[in-house]
Amino acid sequence: MTSATIIALPDATDRALIVATQSGLPLVPRPYHELAERLGISATEVMERLTRMQQNGIIRRIGLVPNHYALGYTFNGMTVWDVPDERIHILGPRLGALPFVSHCYRRPRYLPDWPYNLFAMVHGRSRAETDAQVEEIAHLLGADNRGHAVLYSTRILKKTGLRLGNRGD
Amino acid sequence: MDAVDRAIINALQEGFPVCERPYAAAAEQLGITEDDLLQRLAALREQKTITRFGPLFHAERLGGALSLVAMRIPAEDFDRVAALVNAHAEVAHNYERAHAFNMWFVLATETEEELQATLRAIEAETGYPVYNMPKLEEYYLNLRFAV
Repeated sequence: MTSATIIALPDATDRALIVATQSGLPLVPRPYHELAERLGISATEVMERLTRMQQNGIIRRIGLVPNHYALGYTFNGMTVWDVPDERIHILGPRLGALPFVSHCYRRPRYLPDWPYNLFAMVHGRSRAETDAQVEEIAHLLGADNRGHAVLYSTRILKKTGLRLGNRGD
Repeated sequence: MDAVDRAIINALQEGFPVCERPYAAAAEQLGITEDDLLQRLAALREQKTITRFGPLFHAERLGGALSLVAMRIPAEDFDRVAALVNAHAEVAHNYERAHAFNMWFVLATETEEELQATLRAIEAETGYPVYNMPKLEEYYLNLRFAV
């Protein structure tokens, strides 16, 4: 994170609310009232806490995440790039701005086996589409691309999502 | 999935209101009824066209530790190692990828100490080194898809 803002950690009631919504928002006309009943607090408090957690970034947003496989985006490639450390803060946001990039992060190298420090996840409906996306990134990076690889997923071995309940509380 | 379903998916990826009747408010924007929206969302969830509907959390800000971890496993030993790795509740997802670094999983724990302990346990159990690749900087995250 580049932001130097003070990060407010969720309190016990926030965490109870997070656990209660981990599998999704109830599909009933008054979902926040239903959560309030489950937690034994008022609906106003539920709404205030959700709003506050959105403001301080604990909640990125409330919304929907489509299953990109079901939508035909079956080719996901983890593209990894070896770029100069002193240029990565300029190059990272440029890759992130491409419409087909869903995540873009800096991660550590393990030399000599793993020289790549910039990760960008790309999604396409065909291998040809993702290959073209990789070409576009290579073109954008130009001489800053000192080497790259594309790691296509061949099998999902486990997918449970991140759950607070898994973390021992 | 029809045109209304597509409109729902596109609109609700952008956000969902916090108010007494949020489905009624969102439905009005879409020109459908609250009941229709609720039924369609239930069907889309049932068909697994949507993977999540609700608050999307910023995992690092929940106070825990999170990392991406890679391993290089010989093909003949891959399934044994996958089973050992997946047996840890701290492993949230795990993907096989076509590369010498062929196993990639996400670890989520309460603390950095627990994360390191899980990494050491996986190394001891499997006999292979782990490559811990935590996020050092986030440049972009967007899980929205136009449909």
